[in-house]
Amino acid sequence: MEGNFWSLAPWGRGLGEGYFQYSDMNLHIAAQINSFLAALVLLTAFGMLVQKRVYGLIHLFAWQGVFLSLNTAIVGFVAGKHHLYISSVLTLSLKVVLLPYILHVLINRLRIRKEVETIVNIPMTMMIGIALVIFSYHLTAPVRELSNLVTRSTLAVALAVVMIGLLMMITRKHAVTQIIGFLALENGLFFAATSATYGMPLVVELGVALDVLIAAFIFGIFFFHIHTTFDTLDVDQMARLKEGD
Amino acid sequence: MNVYPFITEILQILLVLAISPAFVGWVRALKCWSQGRTTAGMLQPYRDIMKLFAKDVFLAENASWIFRFTPYLVFGTAVLAGGIIPMLSVDLPLSATADVIVLVALFAIARFFTTLAGMDIGTAFGGMGSSREMTIASLSEPAMLMAIFTISLAARSTSLSQIVQVIYSGQSVLRPSMAFAFLAFVLISLAETGRIPVDNPATHLELTMIHEAMILEYSGRHLALIEWAGMMKLTLFMALGAALFFPWGIDNSGSAAGAFLSLVFLLLKLAAGGVVLVLIETGLAKMRLFRLTEFLGSAFLMATLGMLSFFILE
Repeated sequence: MEGNFWSLAPWGRGLGEGYFQYSDMNLHIAAQINSFLAALVLLTAFGMLVQKRVYGLIHLFAWQGVFLSLNTAIVGFVAGKHHLYISSVLTLSLKVVLLPYILHVLINRLRIRKEVETIVNIPMTMMIGIALVIFSYHLTAPVRELSNLVTRSTLAVALAVVMIGLLMMITRKHAVTQIIGFLALENGLFFAATSATYGMPLVVELGVALDVLIAAFIFGIFFFHIHTTFDTLDVDQMARLKEGD
Repeated sequence: MNVYPFITEILQILLVLAISPAFVGWVRALKCWSQGRTTAGMLQPYRDIMKLFAKDVFLAENASWIFRFTPYLVFGTAVLAGGIIPMLSVDLPLSATADVIVLVALFAIARFFTTLAGMDIGTAFGGMGSSREMTIASLSEPAMLMAIFTISLAARSTSLSQIVQVIYSGQSVLRPSMAFAFLAFVLISLAETGRIPVDNPATHLELTMIHEAMILEYSGRHLALIEWAGMMKLTLFMALGAALFFPWGIDNSGSAAGAFLSLVFLLLKLAAGGVVLVLIETGLAKMRLFRLTEFLGSAFLMATLGMLSFFILE
């Protein structure tokens, strides 16, 4: 049965033409695993939305990276796009190992251990999150009708993850959590690219990965500066930046 | 007319009555072992119930009929619920008359009368317990129904027998909606049966007790019935979880051998469920009451995500 995956790939047909549902049980299972991983990505996104502790947030972010990387590898396997394996490894090394490590070091250096403050209370944030999922499902419905990729149904999840990342950036006061929100948003974009078009070209993906890495370093430097100037990473403090205040 | 389903039905109700104290005894024994204490044995709940039945009922002066009636109603609904959930066989006469929404309503009636009885005597503890119980109920019931709707969507029926059969024969194992519904169901079961992150069944500390506060004034056979019903409720939630998410082993052939086999599977599942419950309880500390909104809110979130992922991903 293994051979079927590879025999489909070189002609670039098969999945794109949508007959896999009837012809190949294995591909059906792969699609199921794909949607299950999509569900897990969504779950971790919600977990980050409601998590109060900074360490918990970082762990959830790392888990999201694991699911994302697995999902990318499976899509690459199903679609026969080998460059997705590179994206998958890149995701694994950057978003599961390196970025969480950098954030850990930052938090230890800056001694942030207390609970993260939220602007909106948590049950309310959950409700907004659910509304965002419904909204993105509605928004991507026409695309789902047009597309015939195996991953088409996960596009709604990807959009929801982007929006939840944005919501997290809005509802948190703390600079570190806002950055994690931003990284989660980027995860969502990456996921959207994999599910909508089987991934961006490799050059673009490498560029984005490098961007995120550089961004993380710049964030780190900024954190230090904000922390030394204001003695806190609460962004509310920056409202008092004006002269004569 | 085939008599066989009726016999299974009666046997199942008797089974629930008989094994629920043993199941609670098993959970308590496991908990004792995990904490390095000596156990009172799995049979201790039976002895407790016997002792309470032998004692006199001591009623408060201003107890109304609600207070005297509640133990019988709570016990009755638990027995009825024991007839609805498929355990020994899928083909149950009561299961055909009542679906899973009725089951939730049965538990709700029992809870409604318990809270009324808590307030009936007029002591401060009863009122406090009732108020807390209703706070939890108002949050856990929507989540419970949402989880059940998710499963019903996946099985295209709200009848428990139908759901069990569909999931039994279903080829797809990795269904995101079912996984979400299961997570939600675990959280809700902990809240509904008053286990540790929500309520501590072993405490009579006035600041933390919820269920115990409501039934503080009960004594004698009334208390025995309420305690027994509580044990049955725990067993029934375990059996419901097993039937909805792990239905393997439940007989749908309608033979005596099949029923016996499902009994064996049921006991195994209950034993395993007890281990999981004790692991959860020893791993967690009791939550502050005001954090329960987040706990039950996340149960609701899981259930809703399950329903959404049914539409989005399946």
